[in-house]
Amino acid sequence: MRDSTFKGALSDRTARTFIGVLFGATLLVTLFNQVFPPDSALHVSAYTVTLLGKYLCYALLALALDLVWGYCGILSLGHGAFFALGGYAMGMYLMRQIGDRGVYGNPELPDFMVFLNWSELPWYWQGFDQFWFAALMILLVPGLLAFVFGWLAFRSRVTGVYLSIITQALTYALMLAFFRNELGFGGNNGLTDFKDLLGFSLQSDATRVGLLIATAVALAGAFVLCRWITGSKLGRVVMAVRDAESRTRFVGYRTEHYKLWIFTLSAILAGLAGALYVPQVGIINPGEFSPLNSIELVVWVAVGGRATLYGAVIGAILVNYGKTVFTGVMPEAWLFALGGLFVAVTVFLPQGLVGLASQQWPKVKARLRQLTDKREGETA
Amino acid sequence: MTALDSLRDTFRRDQVFDFMRQGTRAVAPGQLDASAGKHILYLEDITVSFDGFRALNDLTMYIRTGELRCIIGPNGAGKSTMMDVITGKTRPDSGTCFFGQTLDLTRMSDTEIAMAGIGRKFQKPTVFPEHTAFENLELAMNGPRGTWHSLFSRLSGAQKEWIEETLQTVGLLKDRYKVAGLLSHGQKQWLEIGMVLMQKPQLLLVDEPIAGMTRQEVERTGELLQSLAGKHSVVVVEHDMEFIRSIASTVTVLHQGSVLAEGTMDQVQNDPKVIEVYLGE
Repeated sequence: MRDSTFKGALSDRTARTFIGVLFGATLLVTLFNQVFPPDSALHVSAYTVTLLGKYLCYALLALALDLVWGYCGILSLGHGAFFALGGYAMGMYLMRQIGDRGVYGNPELPDFMVFLNWSELPWYWQGFDQFWFAALMILLVPGLLAFVFGWLAFRSRVTGVYLSIITQALTYALMLAFFRNELGFGGNNGLTDFKDLLGFSLQSDATRVGLLIATAVALAGAFVLCRWITGSKLGRVVMAVRDAESRTRFVGYRTEHYKLWIFTLSAILAGLAGALYVPQVGIINPGEFSPLNSIELVVWVAVGGRATLYGAVIGAILVNYGKTVFTGVMPEAWLFALGGLFVAVTVFLPQGLVGLASQQWPKVKARLRQLTDKREGETA
Repeated sequence: MTALDSLRDTFRRDQVFDFMRQGTRAVAPGQLDASAGKHILYLEDITVSFDGFRALNDLTMYIRTGELRCIIGPNGAGKSTMMDVITGKTRPDSGTCFFGQTLDLTRMSDTEIAMAGIGRKFQKPTVFPEHTAFENLELAMNGPRGTWHSLFSRLSGAQKEWIEETLQTVGLLKDRYKVAGLLSHGQKQWLEIGMVLMQKPQLLLVDEPIAGMTRQEVERTGELLQSLAGKHSVVVVEHDMEFIRSIASTVTVLHQGSVLAEGTMDQVQNDPKVIEVYLGE
């Protein structure tokens, strides 16, 4: 049995290995980018740094989904909505940071509002010029939406495919809403043309590296947090809800409270991922709410392997790396590849790549031992 | 419950959502008051119908404190429905169902009923398949059930001992770190009984405890149930007449949703109405 305290989660082997690999990779990329001059063969371009940062944001999002899907059995097909909301909150801060450097030079209003002939800032844009306020909203807005949504859904005991469908509807409805200019989030262009974050120019290599490191730290922190939660009694109750919900109720647990708790936390993590994503890619638009994004997210977790946490991270990075390569070579085939991958994983690898590895590892080890034994026998 | 069932449940026109009813609770929850009478459970004029079929028909029955009661009856007699009414899984159309003097079970949610001290072992053994036997008992253990409390809770030495004692009682001590899904059918039955015991219930509802058990296991189950009576009140639903004869003092026969006969096994077996129901005319 694992030590179920927070300290225990920090010192357990899986978490240490995970953090070691994550920080090691981040450090290498940082060094190769900063130390070697751009014309050196060992130089890592800013593009690669940002790409890795993007992957790590996706990994954090996948981690959030694994927490609700892998551990609690809630298949959310709308987790992209929380990611996008976190991203919009960050985008609003970055918009306000532009100040009078926009095309229209209005010190108060973002360009798109000037373009729409708005004369003053809407009330919900107030406060976003302060980073602390934006940071609070990044966590609060997705968390609050998940709390209200989950409260209604779980109290009415909506489960299974019905819940998946309404989460999908949620993200679709938000996408349609954010497409509208009147809502005040830049319509289908979204928020873009960001200049700087906390005074650091988003175009400089150092800021990009800084963002990558911040993302790696956030991912590591979230991983330890999730490790702690899933190793605690709360985690065991949540898994019990996944496996036998009515039994859990008859043992005396208010299962809807547990689901709500884990769902809200997951949404907050997704929002954080979105907020780290936006300054790195430089844009947030309603396309992020697209149901397709949320479904892709489910594929990442399924490919990596559910209910292991690191499986979700591995899946997110591998599939997105595949996407980067694939869309470069033959872009029109990517969706078919993604669909095929999902079908293949569902049919042949229900436990994902991680499950496959843990299944095959003992066999490989036994085979290796056989080989070495044989060789020793021959030499003797 | 499948999603389809819950959807149907949501759209039933003859029922109000459970969470909306909570405001109308007439009694203070949590406090069991079984002191006033010698009974712990009062079922009076309970009627439940599904699409016109009356699963329970004016059922009236009392369970005494500390007794071991067996309930028998042919298929469809309403045995499981009665359990469902007591544990809050099904709401009766009419009738009252009191636990002790104060707790109106028809107005409490299933979790509130569980916390008030009614433990249930289901007909089909339902344990947490991905958890070890030890963890199953840990989850069932009597104590605070809040989310934040669970996050920070750690097992004390006394709690660990208690879990191990219970594992001993149900004969799973050597399999305590085995995942429950890998246990045999009989072992799962035992584990579920253990889970019910960890809840420290006043009243145990045990639905077909010996299905899938070997002769020896059946004997041990009988001994266990008998040892529980006295400290707890135990209601057992079973088909196996021999088993019932070996453990029960009082037997209630259900037929078409109401009580047909009640008494000792001998009285019941010689009752002409019972003979008619079981053997036909």
